[in-house]
Amino acid sequence: MTQTGHVPGAGTSAALATERARKEMLRDARIERRGGPRPRIGADALCEALLLQGSNIIWGYPGGVILPLYDVLVDHPGLRHILVRHEQAAAHAADGFARASGKVGVCLGTSGPGATNLVTGIGTSMLDSVPVVAITGNVPGVLLGKDAFQEIDITGITLPMTKHNYLIRSADEIPHAIAEAFHIARSGRPGPVHVDITKDALMGETTAPHPTQAEVEAGLPGYRPKLDGHARQIKVLADAIAASKRPVILAGHGILISQAERELLELARKAQIPVAWTLLGIGVIDESDPLAYGYMGMHGWKHVNRAIQSADLLIGIGMRYDDRVTGNVRTFAPSATIVHVDIDPAEIGKNVVADIPIVGDAKHVLAALIPLTPSVAPAARADYFAELATWRTASESSAWHGSGGWRDGVLSADFVVERIAEGSQHDANLTADVGQNQMWVARYGGFKRANSHLSSGGLGTMGFALPAAMGAAVAVPEKTSWAIAGDGGFQMTLQELATIVQERIPVKIALMDNKKLGMIRQWQEIVYGGNYHSEQLAGPDYLKLCDAYSLPAWKVSKPEEVDAAVAAALAVDGPALIWFEIAERQNVYPMMPAGKGLSDLIDKWGDDGEDVTEGSSGPRVDPTDPNAPSGATK
Amino acid sequence: MSGAAPARALPGSGDARRHLIVAIVNNRPGVLNRVASLMRARNFNIESLAVSVTERSDTSRMTLTILGDEVHVEQATKQLYKLIDVLKVEDVTDSAIVEHELALIKVRVTSKSRPELVSLAEMHHGRVVDLGDDAAIVEIVGEPGDVDRVVELLREFGIKELVRTGSVVMARGSGSIEEQVKR
Ligand SMILES: Cc1ncc(C[n+]2csc(CCOP(=O)(O)OP(=O)(O)O)c2C)c(N)n1
Ligand SMILES: [Mg+2]
Repeated sequence: MTQTGHVPGAGTSAALATERARKEMLRDARIERRGGPRPRIGADALCEALLLQGSNIIWGYPGGVILPLYDVLVDHPGLRHILVRHEQAAAHAADGFARASGKVGVCLGTSGPGATNLVTGIGTSMLDSVPVVAITGNVPGVLLGKDAFQEIDITGITLPMTKHNYLIRSADEIPHAIAEAFHIARSGRPGPVHVDITKDALMGETTAPHPTQAEVEAGLPGYRPKLDGHARQIKVLADAIAASKRPVILAGHGILISQAERELLELARKAQIPVAWTLLGIGVIDESDPLAYGYMGMHGWKHVNRAIQSADLLIGIGMRYDDRVTGNVRTFAPSATIVHVDIDPAEIGKNVVADIPIVGDAKHVLAALIPLTPSVAPAARADYFAELATWRTASESSAWHGSGGWRDGVLSADFVVERIAEGSQHDANLTADVGQNQMWVARYGGFKRANSHLSSGGLGTMGFALPAAMGAAVAVPEKTSWAIAGDGGFQMTLQELATIVQERIPVKIALMDNKKLGMIRQWQEIVYGGNYHSEQLAGPDYLKLCDAYSLPAWKVSKPEEVDAAVAAALAVDGPALIWFEIAERQNVYPMMPAGKGLSDLIDKWGDDGEDVTEGSSGPRVDPTDPNAPSGATK
Repeated sequence: MSGAAPARALPGSGDARRHLIVAIVNNRPGVLNRVASLMRARNFNIESLAVSVTERSDTSRMTLTILGDEVHVEQATKQLYKLIDVLKVEDVTDSAIVEHELALIKVRVTSKSRPELVSLAEMHHGRVVDLGDDAAIVEIVGEPGDVDRVVELLREFGIKELVRTGSVVMARGSGSIEEQVKR
C-alpha cells in the first residue's frame, strides 16, 4: 500500500477537489493585475449586477471568504462600500436605507460569524416587508458541509426568515441570481432576499451576461404577484362604503410601499372616512389633515381604538390585523364588517376572518375603488364626526401629553419628541428604537410625510435606531435623519458612532435616557405587580463617550433646554447627539395589556394619579388573571 | 366585555379533517427543505408527504396530507404558494380523485402459516413479493383505509417491519394539474 497521508478517500477526485479548495482558502487570492486586462471574475459580476440594479451603496464588513470581492471593489468606483462596526448594523442600515427611499438596500458580510451577525437585521426586514438584498460569502463549494473554518449553514438559517434565498456555487450563476434577488425583494410584498456565494464562485472566471428584467420574470413561473383586486369584490366594497354609517380606514405599511397615499386621501375625502393607521402606516396621511384620526392599537390613542370598536365598517388596507392592532380578536370591533385589502393572499384570513377580502396592490385596488365609491357630503356624516371629535378632545386632554414637564421640572419624553419634530419642521426622518421611546415617537412625532417614520414594528429589534437612521441619512441626504433611541437600545449598537464619524453620516441622535429598560419597567409595574427585576440600566457618561468618538453632544435635563439643544444639533454639519435625561418612571399610556381587547385600555393621569378605564370593560384588571397585579396602583 | 355583541369568530376554529394537497414545485435542491421548514414554522401538521419527479424533469410533485379545518388548510396552501419554488398548489380533498398508497409489510411466517398468508394477501389485492423460511413481505396498494385493514389482518402473523409511502393522488377525468402550471 502506498502512503498517501491522512486524506480521507485519498486518491479519489472528491478528495483532490477538497485538498485543492483547502489550499485555495489559504492561498493569497489576489488576482493578477500586472499588465493587460485581468479576467472578469464572479466578484466583478456581482459588482456589475449591483450597479445595474441601481444600487451603489453597500453596507458591509470584510472577512476571509468575501475578500475576493474587496479585492475588485477598486475596479468598480460606482459602488460605495460603507464599513460598519458590526454586521447587524449593516443589515439595519440597508433596511433603513430601503425604508426611507423605497429602493432596495444592500448589506454584506463574510461567512460564519459575519453571516450570523446579519441575521437579526434580516429578520427585522422580513417582519416589516422591507426590500433588502443580503450578501454573504461562504467557504469554497467542496468544503460545504465539512465544518470548515467559519462555515455555517447560513442559508439553512435564513430560509424561514427571508422571502427567498440562494446558495451560489459558480461564478456563472451570479448575474442571474442577483437580478432575481432584487426583483423578488422589491416586487409584490417586499422582503429580504439572501444570496450566499462561495469563495470559489466569487473567484471563478465568468463571461455570463446579465439577464434582462423580462428574462428574470420569465424564469420565475412560481412568482407572479397579483396587483389588481377582483372587480366584483371591489364593487362589494364600494357598496359597503355606501351603506356604512361609521366607517374607519385602517391604513398600513402597504399603502406606503405601493405609494398610494394620494389615492388613500382621495378615497377618504370622497366618502368622508376617518383614517387610522398602524405603527408602520405612520406617514400615510399628514397627521394634521382633518380626516387623519390617529394611531391605533396597543399604545394607540384611546379615541382611535374607540372609533374602531364602534365602527360598522373597517377598511384595512395594506395591514395585517396583527395582535398589536386588534388585541383580543374575539372582542375586536364587535359590530364591524371587516374589509381586508392586501397584496399577500396569505395575510387574508390569517388573524381575523375577513368579510370582504380583496387580494391586490393597495394603489391598484384604491384606484379601481374610488370611481365606484359614492361621494358623501360632510353633512351626511356630521353626527359621526362630531362624536369622533368629542372623543378625540377627551382622549388628548386626558393625558399629560404636551405638558412640557410631566411632573414639575422633570423632562417628559413626549415633550422631547414633540420638540424634535417641531424643531425639524415636521420634515425630518425619525427612526425610533424599541420600547417606550418607540411608542412616544409613534404617538407624538407629528408626521406629515410618507416614509418619514422608521420603526422596527414586527420584530421589535432593540438597537435598530442608530444604524437604520444611518441608512436613512445616506439614502435621503436632503432630509434630516434623527435616531430616537432609549438608553437600552442605544447601548446595543452604539459602536456605530465610529461609523457615522468616520463616514461623516449626519445622523442626529436623541438619546432618551431614563436609566431604565423603560418598557420592561412599565410591564413589571403594571402586569407583574411591581416586581421589578433587571430593569435598572447603568450607562456611561454619554458626553465623555461622545467626546471619545469626537462627536458633538449636549446634555439636556430640563424642559426649557430642549429647543436650544435641538437647534444646536441641527446646526452641526455632521452627526451630533443630544443626551436627554428624561423622567425615569414615566409610562406610555394608554396601554392595552396583552390578551385584552381594544376597549380595555389602561390610562392614567400621572404617576400617582387615578387609573382611568374607559368603555364598558369593567375593572381594568381581570381578578382571575394569575398575572394580574395585586393592587391597581403601587 | 360588552356582553351584547357576540364574540368574533377566530380563524381556524372550525372542524378539523384530513386534507389532501398537491403541489407542483421546481425540482431543485432544497425545495423539500423549504416546504418542510414552512410547515413546521407555521405550525401545520403534515401527516404524510410523498415526493417524486413529474413528467417533466424540472418539476416535482408533492402530495401532502394535513389535518385541520378549512381556514387552517387554506392558510397552509397560501403560505406554500408564497414559496418562489412552488408553482401550483391545490387542495383536492373534495375533488373526484384516485388516492393510493403503497405499503410493504414484513411478517413472520412458518411453514404452516405460509399458505394462509398468501391467500389473505390475494384476497385483499395484495401480493407476497418475498417469501422466506420464517418471514415474508406483503405488498399492498390501495386507499389508505384498505391498507389499514390489511395491516390489521396481518398483525396476527406478527409484523416485523412496516413501510408506507403516504398517499399519492390524481384527479379523475381529463384535467391535469401539471398542465395548469403557468410557465
Ligand atoms: C434585541 C431585543 N432584546 C430585548 C427586547 C425586549 N425589550 C423590549 S422594550 C425593552 C426595553 C427597552 O429599553 P430602552 O431601550 O431603554 O427603551 P425605553 O423603553 O426605556 O424607552 C426590552 C428589553 C427587544 N425588543 N429587543
Ligand atoms: Mg430606557
